[in-house]
Amino acid sequence: MNRELKRVSIVALLMFLTLLVSSTIIQYVQAEALEADSRNSRTLYESYSIERGPILVDGEPIASSQPSDDNYKFQRVYANGPLYAPVTGFIPVNGEATGLERSLNDYLSGQSSSQFFDSLNRLISGQDPMGASVEVAIDPVAQQAAWDALGEQSGAVIVTEPSTGRILAMVTKPTYEPNTMAVHDSEQVIATYEGLLADPGDPLFNRATGGDMNPPGSVFKLVVVAAALESGKYTPESQLPNPSSFTLPGTDSVVRNTEGGDCGGGATVSLATALRLSCNIPFAELGIELGDAAIREQAEKFGFNSEFEIPTATEPSVYPRVLDDAQTALSAFGQYEVRATPMQMAMVSAAIANGGIVMNPNLVDQITAPDFTPLQEFEPREFGRAISEETANTMVGMMINGVENGAASNARIDGVSVAGKTGTAENGESDPYTLWFTGFAPADNPQYAITVLVEDGGGLGQEGYGNLIAAPIAKQVLEAVLNK
Amino acid sequence: MSDARPASARTATPPEGIRRIRMPQKLRNLEFWLLIVACFINAAAIVLVQLGALGRVDTQLVLLGAGLSLLVFGLHIAMRFVARDADPFLLPIATVLNGLGIAMIYRIDIAEGDAGWESAAVRQIAWSAIAIICAIATILVIRNHRVLFRYTYLAGLVAIILLLLPLVPGLGREVYGARVWIGFGDIATFQPGEIAKIALAVFFAGYLVRNRDSLSMVGTKFLGMQFPRARDLGPLLIVWALSMAVIVFQRDLGTALLYFGLFLVMLYVATSRLSWVVLGLSLFIGGAIIASQTLDYVGNRFANWLDPFSDARFNADPGGSYQLVQGLFGLANGGLIGTGWGQGRPDLTPVPQSDYIIASLGEELGLAGIFAILALYLLFVARGFRIGFAGQDDFGKLLGVGLAFVVALQVFIVVGGVTRVIPLTGLTTPFLAAGGSSLVANWIIVALLLRLSDTVRNHPRLVIDG
Repeated sequence: MNRELKRVSIVALLMFLTLLVSSTIIQYVQAEALEADSRNSRTLYESYSIERGPILVDGEPIASSQPSDDNYKFQRVYANGPLYAPVTGFIPVNGEATGLERSLNDYLSGQSSSQFFDSLNRLISGQDPMGASVEVAIDPVAQQAAWDALGEQSGAVIVTEPSTGRILAMVTKPTYEPNTMAVHDSEQVIATYEGLLADPGDPLFNRATGGDMNPPGSVFKLVVVAAALESGKYTPESQLPNPSSFTLPGTDSVVRNTEGGDCGGGATVSLATALRLSCNIPFAELGIELGDAAIREQAEKFGFNSEFEIPTATEPSVYPRVLDDAQTALSAFGQYEVRATPMQMAMVSAAIANGGIVMNPNLVDQITAPDFTPLQEFEPREFGRAISEETANTMVGMMINGVENGAASNARIDGVSVAGKTGTAENGESDPYTLWFTGFAPADNPQYAITVLVEDGGGLGQEGYGNLIAAPIAKQVLEAVLNK
Repeated sequence: MSDARPASARTATPPEGIRRIRMPQKLRNLEFWLLIVACFINAAAIVLVQLGALGRVDTQLVLLGAGLSLLVFGLHIAMRFVARDADPFLLPIATVLNGLGIAMIYRIDIAEGDAGWESAAVRQIAWSAIAIICAIATILVIRNHRVLFRYTYLAGLVAIILLLLPLVPGLGREVYGARVWIGFGDIATFQPGEIAKIALAVFFAGYLVRNRDSLSMVGTKFLGMQFPRARDLGPLLIVWALSMAVIVFQRDLGTALLYFGLFLVMLYVATSRLSWVVLGLSLFIGGAIIASQTLDYVGNRFANWLDPFSDARFNADPGGSYQLVQGLFGLANGGLIGTGWGQGRPDLTPVPQSDYIIASLGEELGLAGIFAILALYLLFVARGFRIGFAGQDDFGKLLGVGLAFVVALQVFIVVGGVTRVIPLTGLTTPFLAAGGSSLVANWIIVALLLRLSDTVRNHPRLVIDG
């Protein structure tokens, strides 16, 4: 009997060893992964039990944590919520955070590895733990001006600093009130969230960096011109055939210029004039001559088909893969399946303004620990060179001409040289147009690159066009920041 | 090996030399000091809970706990008279586990704002008092465990009646889907199955000692193992059918596994035929697989076990993995050293004071605490097995092993369920979990093991048996 007993006691011992191993796996090996699970309310409560760091614009908090006497120790408060919603995002008590609240959560909640010693120090010295503060690059004057200028339109405005990629303004409309998503009643948060999801205006979209992306239309011609000049086979004076209608190769579809007729008269038209007047037919022809590979290569040098983290994740703009001649022709004036975010178009303008170098867009200047030691400084980072300095200078001239004498005339500002390009993109047979302006000022010493997106034809259906709706918005924002 | 011995053998006076190695006074004194340590740990736990969760010390519960300590010392004093040679570790271990359980239940009461008779901790203390009194009564009444041998079949009958009680209309109560409670009015008060496991252990021990020859000697050889004759399969099939009935009618997978595992182990120890275990396990696993295909609640348990983190399982209600995953989150939150008493959020997990008390303890005391608790259980079980090794009569040996193994298996089923070793089933963690019937049953097990260990030491081997 004792032999059996010995075996049974070994079995019992093995049972306990199994439990020791399984509890070690959960409490040690998998602990971090379990804590990171979005459904882990303990992690959530814990993240609320420390004072989450503020998000600051020019030293003033746009998101901060105020003491609260419920299950959570702090209530997140968004000052001027709708204005800064695309920057801050929100952190709900249930579910995923968005915006900087999500992308910089480790710092804001004091969990980042660089804060380890700081939080240890606070633990030992008996101070309450506290997250790091985030100073964003946003210029409050630019942000407010962009908000005001966009008015009631559905769309977005983004302003960047061409030499650094710092994002100075990022406005999207329609938007939402992030404070309604920060309440501690999870039922209420779900109700609000579902209401926002169901809203036909899609207020949760950040149209500046993603959402339901739009075709860029004529603002994409900047990329095609860049490809043409970079190829070495074209100059602004290169002549392109100038018919009044153009049948796409291999199809029955006919391309027309926006104004109808030919492009400024004559049997041929120069590249510069075609861009200044924003004619479609010359660009369709140019696109076919360049070929889709050359345009794609140029587009990708500007940042198309790449993901950028600003540090919030953004959606990549799209120049489609593998096109036939007809599709290339349509893509050359920003139609077919080309899609762009305002941030991407701002990168194109900024690169032209910056001597051809694309800077990574970036929302954040600095992250500072509660004891004011800087944890991370965001130095400007190059994405790469998109075009030569010579091409850039040539294009600056062409874009100035577009504002002074061309299709972007409504962006003119007295006493300041503005460079720009408008766009009016088609979305479907009878759908309202998408209206664009992208450009920079002052053109001789670029400080601000701006891109304006207005959806739904600016309320005018197919009557609206870029110069009518988008260019004046850009003008209003540029005036505000230049007169600061 | 000898059968239960005639009473006359016990009264024979052993030689002087052997008498001298018995040092009952020393054993009891060791137990006394260990009990002092145990009570100190328990008092410290309650005070730490109060400091951690309330921020102040509340004397009321400390006094109630002190009252309980007096009862434990009452048991200790009783043993000084009637079980002087009993094992000195069993009582202090049970005391510490019971006290840690009370502290954790109290901590969850504070989180949920319960006080007075609403407080599960106060009820747990009351039940602990009843349970310890039952243990004192057991050790006073049962002066010789061989008395139980006489009542083998009565124990079997009692076990079956206890098991059937929750199925009696008007008496049975369903809690969390399992029909294992009896009660009066709206209140489910008692889980007779907990007491049944003791009766079953007694019955199995007695039955197997009587019949093991026919179960072990004859049979046919197959695959190198001796398999029993078909007609000897009866008892195995009956216990298997009983376990399956528990699964189907009482919807309680854990209890079924507990009873069946207990039976298999005792059968193996009695007959030394591995073939019984192979047969039994195949039968049980087969039954469990069929049950998981046909019974929703069993199928859900398996699905939750295999893939608890899928959104579909997590959000399923009822029968989802919410509780399992919350328990894992709690354990992860505890990490290596735990959040400290009153600093975690065990109240976020459903039933944190009963089925999930081990996860609650793991959250606040960490992996270190879990290891300590498992070590205490292991020591408790090892002391039980020791009785099996050192015992002189087969009935006592089998009963000791059975009672020790049932505690080990119950810990394994509960903690293994919480930590995803096996599918989660509803069972109480011995001594820790809130629940009167479980406390009473486990304290009676303590008393029986104490009685058995006393007999073992009190009767030095005059005959070396093989």
